[in-house]
Amino acid sequence: MVDAYRLRSPLDHLGLTARAQAEAEYSGTGVVLSEIAHLCLINIRGDASDPAFIAAVEKSIKLTPPTAPNTVAGKPSQSRIMWLGPDEWLVITKPGRGERAMAELWKNLKDGKLHAAVTDSSEARTCIRIEGPRAREVLAKGCPIDLHPSAFGPGQSAQCIVAKCGVMLVQTAQAKDTAGTYELYVLRSFATYLWTWLEDASQEFGVRVA
Amino acid sequence: MFLITCPWCGEREESEFTYGHEAHITRPEDPSALSDDEWADYLFMRKNPKGPHLERWVHTAGCRRWFNVQRNTHTNAIMAIYKIGETPPKATTAGNKS
Amino acid sequence: MTQSHRLYDGGRVDRSQPINFSFNGRRYTGYQGDTLASALLANGVMLVGRSFKYHRPRGIFSAGTEEPNALVQLERGPRTIANLLATRVPLYEGLDASSVNSWPSPNFDLMAINGLFHRLLPAGFYYKTFMWPVSGWKIYEHFIRRAAGLGRSPEEPDQDTYDKINAHADVVVVGAGPAGLAAARTAALSGARVILVDEQVELGGQLLSERFIIEGKPALEWVAEVEEELLANPNVTVLKHTTAFGYYDHNFICFLQNRADNVAFGAEGRTRQRVWRVRAKRVILATGAIERPLIYVDNDRPGCMLAGALRAYVNRYGVKPGTRHVIFTNNDDAYRTALDLKAAGADVACVIDIRPDPKGELVTRAHEAGIEVIENSAISGVLGSKRVKGVEVMALNEPGDSVTGRSRIVQCDTIGSSGGWNPVVHLHSHAGGKNVWRDSDGIFVPGETLQAEHTAGANHGNFSLQAALTDGIQAAQDAAKILGLKIKGKISAPAVGTDVIEEPWRLLWYIPTTAPTGQRGKHFLDPQNDVTAADVQLAAREGYRSVEHAKRYTTLGMATDQGKTGNIPGHAILASALGQTIPETGTTTFRPPYSPVTMGALAGRYVGEFFDPIRRTPMYEWHEQAGCLWEDVSQWKRPWYYPKDSESMRDAVNRECLAVRNNVGMLDATTLGKIDIQGPDAAEFLNRVYTNAWLKLAPGRCRYGLMLHEDGMVFDDGVTSCLGENHYLMTTTSGGAPNVLAWLEEWLQTEWPELKVYLTSVTEQYATLQLAGPNARALLSEFTSDIDLDNEAFPFMSWRDGTVGGIPARVFRISFTGEQSFEINVPASSGLSLWTDIMIAGEKYGITPFGTETMHVLRAEKGFIIVGQETDGTITPLDLGMNWIVSKAKPDFIGKRSLARADTARPDRKHLVGLRTIDPEVVLPEGAQLVAETRAKPPMDMIGHVTSSYYSAALGHSIALALVKNGRNRKGDTIYVPIDGTTTACEVVDPIFYDLEGERLNG
Repeated sequence: MVDAYRLRSPLDHLGLTARAQAEAEYSGTGVVLSEIAHLCLINIRGDASDPAFIAAVEKSIKLTPPTAPNTVAGKPSQSRIMWLGPDEWLVITKPGRGERAMAELWKNLKDGKLHAAVTDSSEARTCIRIEGPRAREVLAKGCPIDLHPSAFGPGQSAQCIVAKCGVMLVQTAQAKDTAGTYELYVLRSFATYLWTWLEDASQEFGVRVA
Repeated sequence: MFLITCPWCGEREESEFTYGHEAHITRPEDPSALSDDEWADYLFMRKNPKGPHLERWVHTAGCRRWFNVQRNTHTNAIMAIYKIGETPPKATTAGNKS
Repeated sequence: MTQSHRLYDGGRVDRSQPINFSFNGRRYTGYQGDTLASALLANGVMLVGRSFKYHRPRGIFSAGTEEPNALVQLERGPRTIANLLATRVPLYEGLDASSVNSWPSPNFDLMAINGLFHRLLPAGFYYKTFMWPVSGWKIYEHFIRRAAGLGRSPEEPDQDTYDKINAHADVVVVGAGPAGLAAARTAALSGARVILVDEQVELGGQLLSERFIIEGKPALEWVAEVEEELLANPNVTVLKHTTAFGYYDHNFICFLQNRADNVAFGAEGRTRQRVWRVRAKRVILATGAIERPLIYVDNDRPGCMLAGALRAYVNRYGVKPGTRHVIFTNNDDAYRTALDLKAAGADVACVIDIRPDPKGELVTRAHEAGIEVIENSAISGVLGSKRVKGVEVMALNEPGDSVTGRSRIVQCDTIGSSGGWNPVVHLHSHAGGKNVWRDSDGIFVPGETLQAEHTAGANHGNFSLQAALTDGIQAAQDAAKILGLKIKGKISAPAVGTDVIEEPWRLLWYIPTTAPTGQRGKHFLDPQNDVTAADVQLAAREGYRSVEHAKRYTTLGMATDQGKTGNIPGHAILASALGQTIPETGTTTFRPPYSPVTMGALAGRYVGEFFDPIRRTPMYEWHEQAGCLWEDVSQWKRPWYYPKDSESMRDAVNRECLAVRNNVGMLDATTLGKIDIQGPDAAEFLNRVYTNAWLKLAPGRCRYGLMLHEDGMVFDDGVTSCLGENHYLMTTTSGGAPNVLAWLEEWLQTEWPELKVYLTSVTEQYATLQLAGPNARALLSEFTSDIDLDNEAFPFMSWRDGTVGGIPARVFRISFTGEQSFEINVPASSGLSLWTDIMIAGEKYGITPFGTETMHVLRAEKGFIIVGQETDGTITPLDLGMNWIVSKAKPDFIGKRSLARADTARPDRKHLVGLRTIDPEVVLPEGAQLVAETRAKPPMDMIGHVTSSYYSAALGHSIALALVKNGRNRKGDTIYVPIDGTTTACEVVDPIFYDLEGERLNG
């Protein structure tokens, strides 16, 4: 295990922790931005029509890979699995749980001689969360897909473009919350650009860091 | 700006996709058996019609799957979308009005 | 100055809110609710500019977007904006505007002398005169640009910001006149997500300029009710002061929204303008109609206006445009203007009607109001130059092609002419819609469409208020039905108390005078570009039969207003000159934008730091603090070189190169593309996509590979490592990574679905630190105890897992510099920490961070190619002298067959060679063309070009790589680089300049 102080999230250099403390008392901002750093992300490829593959994934992470496009299975507070393509998924788990999940998946999928791929992507992306009554409007400035709750509700996901950056977008709001809470899984090299862009686009509504 | 229905992800803007080339150009089994002219035909010759055209696109910013599109190159109406390996629809002159 | 032409009451202006502004340096006052044009007219200012070619004085012509004359330069300094329409600029306190096209002032314009030489300035004048001799263009252009002088661009950066937003709607309604409002209201009742957009600052469209009654109340009360209803509906978005400027494929429609009342300065805390990118399920175009003028002689004199515009100024702004008005018409509608002017207390001299015997209800009312109607007559002359002073009226003969009898002079200072109304078919046409000629009133109406589109109201050719309301409701009902939405409640068109039966228009596209066309006066079609009826007729005589060609030749409709008023009469006159019907002649193509869009709005926030994404490696901050200069490699920022103090680039790169050759250097190589490959057919897959053999690569080993496109041309290269059974890691070039992955996926998904292989990009998973130089091993050994770095245990072209500095790492022994080299891959989050530690520990070796430039020099010394620099999509491996990597044994791989094509196999293609300049200090420019023999001046036979060129500190002379025809057979020859009058001689040499035997790899 590498000492935590040696690990740098893609947005650490922006001093977000200090800002979150300083801005905690801001009220009435239309947008709240935060980084959820160091999540464990595991990319899985396999044949969804093969029951052995599904069973092996279920055995490893206690979640069934969704076959409905643009959906996420599991609760945001625990582990989730996101549809990325007809034979591709992303497992999202809390920091620290990745090694075990990775080992389980590798053991059950690869050592079981299934044709599957398991790849650690934890370091490749970070997660930017955007919430607040104007969050949807801010995203609409950079994202051409329809984010209206009737078209993109909680539990929906999309791989799409936000502000010229490819992201995996997830709606995590409670069903009753029409404003929407969104997670943007973005490649780490793009994270600073995307964060800065989102903060700029949020200015007119008032924004704080959490 | 087209609206393209990815066979998996659904309707998305053209900017998420990349155009490949004319569809259904199968790589010859044994390229070495072909004459230069035959090989050039596979490599370079394309239909380029004004009207219905079968073409291959990839959902670059989405699921990264390749798929086929039947598009009227004159009106840009997308007439059909079908997966790789599926039979192309017959050419029709009807265009969709989305 | 008092508002001499302001009415005491009436209109939508707020007389309790005076607004001060200035025009051409003079101060005036208007009211809240005015446009700049209405405020100028209120102050008696009609003359606003000069025309493009003849610099004739020009006045306000219209009250809207169709305005050809009243272009103004708004504000000064960084916020100055050119070519805004005075008719579309809402007045604001302190507004500072000036004319764009006059010098020194519209009242006294030195260029007006062009008007005296108008016989020398016919259609196509510029083409005919200034094209010869060709070398003269530089001089002519200077003159023409100055003479044209259409406004001035700001010379400082824009201080405002702009943005874009994406929106989705079930129904988009364009235009908030009666048809649009009725449509939006109906659509909203179906529960649809509706966007209503209108270019004006208030809803109502034409109703704002009329005195109509709806449901027994003034029409604008009905408008207010509808607006309230729409605003209360959460599914409805109402966008005012927003122009739908383009309609594109698949029902994509774009708006330009003005987000501030003050159009020049933007608003505090928000962007000045916003582009809306809207995807609609259905679009209802209720864009209304634009009045077209009658084309009479000298119809450009200030005071010549559209009849409907006079009505707008009186009814909407409470302004009398002139002191004595003449109405000139082919239809009943213009009588409304006469009646409204009269009702407001303005002086109406007469109505001149080209119809022989008008008897419509509005005509009768005019008679009753005591307005003189001169029927079957035409304006055959206009008196006055800087302002109309009167008109000459004569009777028309029966066919309307000449005037007869005695002339009569009517004193007036303002003429409102009306030749009917043209549906605003622009948006319909943008998206591929056809237009259909309607002979009864001589208009193009929207025909077949490619989009999910409806048209309603005047745009649909339904000009009466009742018809527009009914049509709007119908369009929304049709849209709802197609969308499967049910309209709640009963919908019926509101009753209109003002509709009257109107008699047909008389179509007379050219109003004759006693002289032939072009003599004794001009009939202007396009007053901004000074295109006259005579120009169009000349174009027809000179053989321009296509309306598109005639347009470009005469410049008809090519000014900033895009011919919104003059195009149809112009095309009709062309048709007549060609002896064709108007539908045979056709009309020019309407293209977006409908009205000008600022570049700022099109760019949105993607300017400055947001211009394009900047990709940062985990060590970005270290490089930045070290003061590196950056090189853009696709979207990545890579350190280019790290100058110390005031070092020049050459000195810095020399220092970095020598450090790597003599001690140790470190490069951030994170940006290289990395693809994880898993599956039982992975080796077979690699064997097919690379030119060399891959079936026997053992775990722990690495191999360099070259990829070709099927045409045999080099596409990408990189090192691929076998990580384990059926598991590989491929590296690609930094810029090529996404393309390579998409290309590999295409082969797997489409051509070889039977291959069991999965590809996953892992480029960003790792930070890659490249240590290179004779001391690399010694330094690295301080950081790892579990990787044996010995040459035997860890040979070149292999990799090992372990820890480096306590961090899990995979280390590759590969080299792009020719030196002993280790590429350390660690989880990206740890990259900065490890980099910093190694830099500190390496101080005793004089460790030197090096950038891409040094990397390029070092690899060029070794003759290693960079794809995209030594290759350009036309270069085969054989051209590069890389036969060693092209398998002869493999039966097939992508591109193999093409290497045997006659053209690719020919021995005298361009070959990669080295060049040594005879003068060792001269560094050739990259891209320089090469010749075998020089001549005094071009043309010379070019035999190739320089692909890479550097100064080599290790060798003490410059080096270059080049692609040269038959180059390998020219070794030892002298060839030349002629540039800018000097010629540099160089010798063709082998492309490997340094360490030919490769002994340095093992340190």
